Amino acid sequence: MTTLESAPAAGRRAGRRGTGRRGAGRADLSDRGRAERRLGLLLSAPAVIVMLMVTAYPLVNALYLSLFSYRITAPDDRRFVGLRNYATALTDSLFWQDVTTTFIVTAVTVVVELVVGFGLAMVMHRAVFARRTVRTAILLPYGIVTVISAFAWRYAFDLQSGFVNTWLGLGDYAWFSGRWSSLSVIVLSEIWKTTPFVSLLLLAGLAQVPRDLGEAATVDGATAWQRLWRVTVPNMKAAILVAVLFRTLDAWRIFDNVFVMTAGQQKTETLSFLTYRQTITRTAIGLGDAVGVLLFLSVVLIAVVFIRGFRVDLSRVRGDR
Amino acid sequence: MALALLATGLGACSAEGGTPTLTWYTNPDDGGQTRLAAACTKASGGRYRITTSVLPNDATQQREQLVRRLAAKDSGLDIMSLDPVFVAEAAAAGFLRAFPAAEAAHFTQGVFPPAVQSSTWDGRLYAAPFWANTQLLWYRKSVARKAGIDPNAPGFTWDRLIDAAVRTGTTVGVQGSKYEGYMVWINALVASAGGRIVGGAERGDDASIEIDSPAGRRAAEIISRLARSRAASPTLSTDIEEQARALLNGSRGGFMVNWGYIWRAENGDAKDGVIARNIPSDLGWARYPRVSPDRDAKPPFGGIEVGIGAYGRHKDTLAVDAVRCITSTPNMKKYMIDSGNPAARAEVFDDPEIVRQFPMAGLIRDSIGVAAPRPITPYYTDVSGAVQSRWHPPASVDPNTTPGRSESFVRRVLRDQALL
Repeated sequence: MTTLESAPAAGRRAGRRGTGRRGAGRADLSDRGRAERRLGLLLSAPAVIVMLMVTAYPLVNALYLSLFSYRITAPDDRRFVGLRNYATALTDSLFWQDVTTTFIVTAVTVVVELVVGFGLAMVMHRAVFARRTVRTAILLPYGIVTVISAFAWRYAFDLQSGFVNTWLGLGDYAWFSGRWSSLSVIVLSEIWKTTPFVSLLLLAGLAQVPRDLGEAATVDGATAWQRLWRVTVPNMKAAILVAVLFRTLDAWRIFDNVFVMTAGQQKTETLSFLTYRQTITRTAIGLGDAVGVLLFLSVVLIAVVFIRGFRVDLSRVRGDR
Repeated sequence: MALALLATGLGACSAEGGTPTLTWYTNPDDGGQTRLAAACTKASGGRYRITTSVLPNDATQQREQLVRRLAAKDSGLDIMSLDPVFVAEAAAAGFLRAFPAAEAAHFTQGVFPPAVQSSTWDGRLYAAPFWANTQLLWYRKSVARKAGIDPNAPGFTWDRLIDAAVRTGTTVGVQGSKYEGYMVWINALVASAGGRIVGGAERGDDASIEIDSPAGRRAAEIISRLARSRAASPTLSTDIEEQARALLNGSRGGFMVNWGYIWRAENGDAKDGVIARNIPSDLGWARYPRVSPDRDAKPPFGGIEVGIGAYGRHKDTLAVDAVRCITSTPNMKKYMIDSGNPAARAEVFDDPEIVRQFPMAGLIRDSIGVAAPRPITPYYTDVSGAVQSRWHPPASVDPNTTPGRSESFVRRVLRDQALL
């Protein structure tokens, strides 16, 4: 969705930047230009159609169903209730508890991943020897399926099968019996798993920082710390914002780790898990879709805040500029 | 998705060439049902072939998959192994083929009453009882001796059990995680105290919720007392059956309530060297503990009922024959010996071979006979989930407030007034 939205926006910005040719606009378009545009539309049409089928249709359907009191197991009892499901969700303390949990997980993981990921990106960027091995080693966790990594972490912290308590001398401390200890393990595994993704995006950003800028700063007597903050970071701001946006959106929709490790017990339930339980477990389609739509709106809000507020330029990720 | 649909369609078509194929969705059981399917295929003399497809481990997730298929009117779902608590929901939704009275008589003959009750909705039989289950009190004989108690003595209660474990520095293993197994425990305690969680279940979402009762408070007292005592497992709030078993085998193992599979599992593990070899000989069993000394315990009821999908191509013909084969008395016995899961017909327990393999067969039979099913209602998932939500973690249970809070919460969930 975001890519679709941002393309015209980027076009507009490019248009504004164009100097004397402004105003000539459409008339300037040659036959060849028009043909290329038509070909472009034609080529992207299948993708757009597929997107509409698999994204837009379920979305509109969910929006529609969220206005009903409807259960899969009692289809005949379906009745229109307007916005009541939204009112139920928004006034339910469980909803806000899950919002809080999701927010905590998102905030902590994104901040830690950014800092650690930056460090790892520097290591990958600067690695002089065994460059490939270093990069592979750092990226390895990202190649593991989330469910499998979640199981690995769960068994590691489990009292009966785990080794963590023995290593840390914690005796029979039950990690998954408390809210904060469970969330710590969930957050840790999430960080372990996705920091490589952040560092990969940041590595791309680092590679874009012109080397001579750093050299010039060194000649001017800047310390390593000053070079980092005054030269490197400002020059890779776009990459950092893209990394933060992607990770925030991912973390906000966290599901697998919670599902595998606690199944939402001990108040570790997140928003997407809440949606799953209403829709899939309870088969309360109406109420569940209302929560799902709220989750979707929150995702849109995050994306809008980043793209409009921080002016994240998504085209930078593709490296086509 | 389109590809997946296409693949399923092709798969279904290709089967129509020769012998008709019936697909049986089973709960995981180390292959016992698959072997039974093969045996019934053979016995049919080429009239049908049964293939099995294994569902997830967790009862709640088994239901999730079945409900989604049935709601989509999946014609490839011929036979399914259903947890007794989900029969009412599937029946009320029209997902199951009802057995006409003439057929029903055959499937219920000699079957334990709780199994028949659980398979019946609105006066009609919707599933054929296949195997029945109950929980026993399993204990280490050496610990019981040390504690100076006899769990088999008449009138043995939860209070005495907890005292004995505390006295000997051992544990009482239970299922305290937020899942169906915890509901099993809560329901057994409420029923053993003479109460019930739901009344008038046939009224659907207008059923009366009765957990805020003296029985409900008594159940809460026991849960709260155990959870806060030294006899509780350190991981009580996340323990399921297998954790309770590991606890019994560990250094603080003393007692646990658990299903009948324990006997097979413990002997198998001892033989394989997973646990100490002397554990099975130290393993004792007794009837489910009482809540009060003067009232018989109502042990939990479980097992599997076999239902026929309402949208299957052979639902009125071959599927019925297949279910008849699967649930025949000899096959129940065969399955019990193969998988360790107790038969749904009482007569099987008197079989000399069964008695030899399961020394506690008589106790299991008597326990199933008086077991209390969990609420039989089409809204079972909501009732169970709402109760679990307010009673979990076990250490947070307060006899003065928890039953009342859970009662009003179940009501609100049933009316779609609260998220669960």
